[in-house]
Amino acid sequence: MTLSGVLLPWLIGAAALLMVVGFIWGLVFAPPDYQQGDTVRIMFVHVPAAWLSLLCYSLIATASVISLIWRHALADVAAKSAAPLGAAFTFLALVTGMLWGQPMWGTFWVWDARLTSFLVLFFIYIGYMALWETIDDPQKAGRAAAILGVVGFINVPIVKFSVDWWNTLHQPASISRLDGPAIHWTILTPLLIMAVAYTVFFFALLFIRMRTEIMKRRVRSLQLAQAAG
Amino acid sequence: MAEFFSMGGYAAYVWPAFLISIVVLAGLVINTLANYRKQQTILAAIENSQTEDTEA
Repeated sequence: MTLSGVLLPWLIGAAALLMVVGFIWGLVFAPPDYQQGDTVRIMFVHVPAAWLSLLCYSLIATASVISLIWRHALADVAAKSAAPLGAAFTFLALVTGMLWGQPMWGTFWVWDARLTSFLVLFFIYIGYMALWETIDDPQKAGRAAAILGVVGFINVPIVKFSVDWWNTLHQPASISRLDGPAIHWTILTPLLIMAVAYTVFFFALLFIRMRTEIMKRRVRSLQLAQAAG
Repeated sequence: MAEFFSMGGYAAYVWPAFLISIVVLAGLVINTLANYRKQQTILAAIENSQTEDTEA
């Protein structure tokens, strides 16, 4: 936590700077795609949001395992604080994907493997957050949420490999391929800047939300002590 | 400039995608900072009342 305190101002500054550079580069300087025209710009907000949805859920699942095995309270705090951020990124990936799908595929939505599994990811986030809210005692809530957090991870490889395992409208991975990215650098550069921007943004907010959650728990224990005394 | 805003005829898709991204990201920042300040105030109030109790 002291480390996060030292890092935090740098993270906030870097996130703000990278966001501004990434948004302007993506909207103004990146060239339109020869097939997709200017809709390719939607990729700069769609792909980083989708990546962060999966990264965030992987973090929640890892923290859940740590919480279940070692009963480390900080793991609970991290997982709980990350969930609303992940839900927001998932929402953004879904909405920007629909706005990209309509002009390029001719439809906002299809029930194919990638889109459906991503919608499931959104519902898992909502269920995970709801579980934290329904149980009052943070320790009990943490246990239940950790179990859901681990079980829900099954969906992450399904999302990732859905484009390879099933025939979907959604295109397969074009960055993380064994033979290197299949995107020209003029479009790849702003995409990677946006990806780093979203990642730094996520961790900056995560650290602030974890500090908030720790304060909340301290308030709770002080109030319980007061009531008992 | 008009060409830039028309986004090659895809303005109705490109701009909303960017706009909603900015709105949601800004919303996360506002929500995160508001919750942080709220807990800070509550915690400070409780710690203050406790030091008063021990002094009295």
